[in-house]
Amino acid sequence: MILLRLFYEFFKTGLFAVGGGMATIPFLQNIGATTGWFTDADLTTMIAVSESTPGPIGVNMATYVGFTCAGLPGAVVATLGLITPSIIIIIIIAGMLKKFRQSKLVDDVFYGLRPASTALITSAGLSVALSIFILVGGTETHTFSVNWMSLILAALVFIGMRVPKLKKLHPIVFIGVSALIGILFRM
Amino acid sequence: MNLYLDLFLTFAKVGVCTFGGGYAMLPILQREVVENKGWATEEELTDYFAIGQCTPGVIAVNTATFIGYKYKGVIGGILTTLGVVFPSLIIITLIAAFLSNFAHIPAVQHALAGVNACVVALIASSVIKLGKSTVKDGPTVFIYLLILALAAGSSLLGFSGVLKKLASPAVLVVIAGVLGLCARRMLPKKQGGEGK
Repeated sequence: MILLRLFYEFFKTGLFAVGGGMATIPFLQNIGATTGWFTDADLTTMIAVSESTPGPIGVNMATYVGFTCAGLPGAVVATLGLITPSIIIIIIIAGMLKKFRQSKLVDDVFYGLRPASTALITSAGLSVALSIFILVGGTETHTFSVNWMSLILAALVFIGMRVPKLKKLHPIVFIGVSALIGILFRM
Repeated sequence: MNLYLDLFLTFAKVGVCTFGGGYAMLPILQREVVENKGWATEEELTDYFAIGQCTPGVIAVNTATFIGYKYKGVIGGILTTLGVVFPSLIIITLIAAFLSNFAHIPAVQHALAGVNACVVALIASSVIKLGKSTVKDGPTVFIYLLILALAAGSSLLGFSGVLKKLASPAVLVVIAGVLGLCARRMLPKKQGGEGK
């Protein structure tokens, strides 16, 4: 059953995630939230690994989530679920390439889809940020504390990525340096 | 070499060389598909890539399917797609298995804590990059804020019932598509918009 559910969830992701690898994050977060298969913190690790290994990010994340949920069969099924809508859609569109490229309808729909995709990634990012930066104390006491080390490191990386000379660096460099800082400062 | 095997292997190679998502893939496709194999012209590749970006799904997968399908039909499309995801399956499975076995080691935990903080910055930075090109006028700002409010409301405030169902990413994407269509068709056009 879990395999069937995985296929369904990733089929949905492949069908509705518009605009590249990062656009799959809100869908993955939704899967984690509704099924309880993994937490936002798990998801963050998956994103880091997917960014720093070869292969398209969206595919890497599907494989990782699938593996976390149901081992190797899960990895295969999640990945197949993700790519099936692409295969179907592309084969349909390929027959009418010219029409599709010049279609006013497609253009108008995507006019709405693109900002929505950005909004969904923003929301998923906020949710991930909360899970990383805010530590919840006891379940009953409702005490919260801020994880300052993480917050400062994230701020430094964010600033670093906007510095002209560092901007061109591949994300893997920032991820690697952050891992080292994590070990050095025992985060 | 068998042509079908060649399609699969070439795209497996593209998959390995694509480091960090769809956009990193274009130069590799140019070299492998256009220059080395001659399966598509430079112009066709640009077309396929443009369509890969504006259809749902992973850009790299869409582009791979397109090239395979145009060159060798449905089987070609399936083989190139399987090829491009094959390396991910192996590499990620190995890393995931490794991490789940070593996650209890303190050094690994410290490293992951650092990495997780970094990921938040990576997402923030790609949101800003995306925002600059997708949220640019009245209607798109409206759609952005509306979808953000619904999605964040659902995940952070914990909507329940109908509102929660409504705020799932798939439903929100459909709503946004309809809103985009309405905005373009019903709002008065500014001067200099594209003609039919």
